[in-house]
Amino acid sequence: MLEVTQLTKTYGRGASAVQAVGNLTFRVAPGEFVCIVGQSGCGKTTLLKCLSGLIPPTSGTAVLQGQVIDRPPDKLALVFQEYSRSLLPWMTVRANVTLPLRSKGIDSARREDLAEEALTAVGLSGFFDRYPWQLSGGMQQRVAIARALAYQPEILLMDEPFASVDAQTRADLEDLVLRLRDEFDVTVLFVTHDIDEAIYLSDRVIVLTPPPTRVREVVDVNLPRPRDQIETKGLPAFTRLRAHVFELIKREPAGSAGDEVLSDQHAT
Amino acid sequence: MTTAVGAGPALGADDHGGQRVWWLPWLTVLGVLASLEALSRSGAIPQDHLPAVTTVLTALGAELRNPTFWLRVWETVQAWGLGLAVAVVAGIPLGLAIGSNRLAYRIVRVLIEFVRPIPPVAVLPLAVLLFGTGVEMKVYLVAFAAFFPLLFQALYGVQDVDPVARDTARAYGLGPAGCFVWVTVPSALPYVATGLRLSAAIALIVTIATEIVVGSSGLGYAINEVRYASDIALMYGIILVTGVLGLAIAIVFRQLERRLLHWHASQRQGMAA
Ligand SMILES: Nc1ncnc2c1ncn2[C@@H]1O[C@H](COP(=O)(O)OP(=O)(O)O)[C@@H](O)[C@H]1O
Ligand SMILES: [Mg+2]
Repeated sequence: MLEVTQLTKTYGRGASAVQAVGNLTFRVAPGEFVCIVGQSGCGKTTLLKCLSGLIPPTSGTAVLQGQVIDRPPDKLALVFQEYSRSLLPWMTVRANVTLPLRSKGIDSARREDLAEEALTAVGLSGFFDRYPWQLSGGMQQRVAIARALAYQPEILLMDEPFASVDAQTRADLEDLVLRLRDEFDVTVLFVTHDIDEAIYLSDRVIVLTPPPTRVREVVDVNLPRPRDQIETKGLPAFTRLRAHVFELIKREPAGSAGDEVLSDQHAT
Repeated sequence: MTTAVGAGPALGADDHGGQRVWWLPWLTVLGVLASLEALSRSGAIPQDHLPAVTTVLTALGAELRNPTFWLRVWETVQAWGLGLAVAVVAGIPLGLAIGSNRLAYRIVRVLIEFVRPIPPVAVLPLAVLLFGTGVEMKVYLVAFAAFFPLLFQALYGVQDVDPVARDTARAYGLGPAGCFVWVTVPSALPYVATGLRLSAAIALIVTIATEIVVGSSGLGYAINEVRYASDIALMYGIILVTGVLGLAIAIVFRQLERRLLHWHASQRQGMAA
């Protein structure tokens, strides 16, 4: 589905250069829910920008369904971290969701259908003609998710989508995303710095090192589905996984040989 | 004057929230007018410098029945409108174009920074030389004056597009044209609206100044006419009309801005002040 090989990204040149992504290799299989965890500033947003074709990687490649990503692929949708800035305030909720469909050459009646279907799926059926800024943060993020789903992607990238909503809303949105990925049959690559969230959602968790960013370890999450906020998080396996990922993130970056071996083993 | 000062604290209270007392500012106006009337009638200020308010209004009332007066109003409004229209048609697209192209911006920046500070009045003799003293000359000057605020506001507006909004549009497959139409132009709109409001006000100033200085027909010319006739009361009356015209223009453009930018943070829920 998605293959990332030796991808690096350095902003700027010379003395002021910032290496945002050290060297990443991983893959995402069709239908998988993969989370990427890493501390703030380790290049997660940069990685997603490379994957969505917004910026070119400095070296390495990202391949989506056999095609090298060198421009925004139309099989991919991105939910931004800054949802309130990503929704256009001069457009209604409906117009925000239908806008991307224009570039796909979908006729206007079909655009409306897709938008209504997606907005209804995220529980916003009564809000088509509101403006994004009239909605709460959680609702705005639902609009952003609906926009992504209406675009009919095969893979959905999400950049810390729930980092700035309250705990209850966050739990609701997590469950919403799990439900929607079944309903819309979409592969998800989800970035977060929250370990619990990563384990709760995913089939696999890719743990990143602090900069220069590499894959520290890929952790398989074999928790039963459907997941449940109370039940799943109460399982001993969940607690063990959390402790393990926590330990991986806290470990000194030192760049020891052991790290290299680990990342190579789990990279593919 | 005393009334105006007396109304100060009350206005302050209005600002502090509470209920808005809409008639309060009008009370101030009424108070000032009454004071002026009293000053003039009592002889504190000579009548030939400051005619009584009632005298001015009577003179103006008579003038309102004069078709020539309305012709003058029309001539001023026409030059204002045409000049502003030319400035809009030239300034906004040019500003949008230059602003969205870094190279173009660097090439013309020095040039426009050099031309911009030229006061429109300095170009007046040139305009008379080129276009005579008729409406074309006025339109030329007004367009020159109104052009720069529009150009610069459009230019800055284009450069202030939220990078997240632009990335969103690009990630969802919108090409350069799509991004321009759906993201860049709406983002620049608040800037352009401000430019429009500024330009509209400047255009009126330039129109009337030109009419006074060059003597081309319009309200400015009418002011000069009554000066030669020593009709001081009517002169005040016509000056008042230019003020009303300016106010009307300000209100119309403010309203337009509200409509157009109802989604913008500055206009939401009538928070604008
Ligand atoms: N456009 C940019 N130009 C220069 N440096 C950048 C840019 N964007 C991000 N960075 C830097 O790259 C690093 C990674 O940033 P980012 O990808 O946003 O990390 P994360 O999303 O994991 O918090 C940070 O040090 C950040 O300052
Ligand atoms: Mg980020």
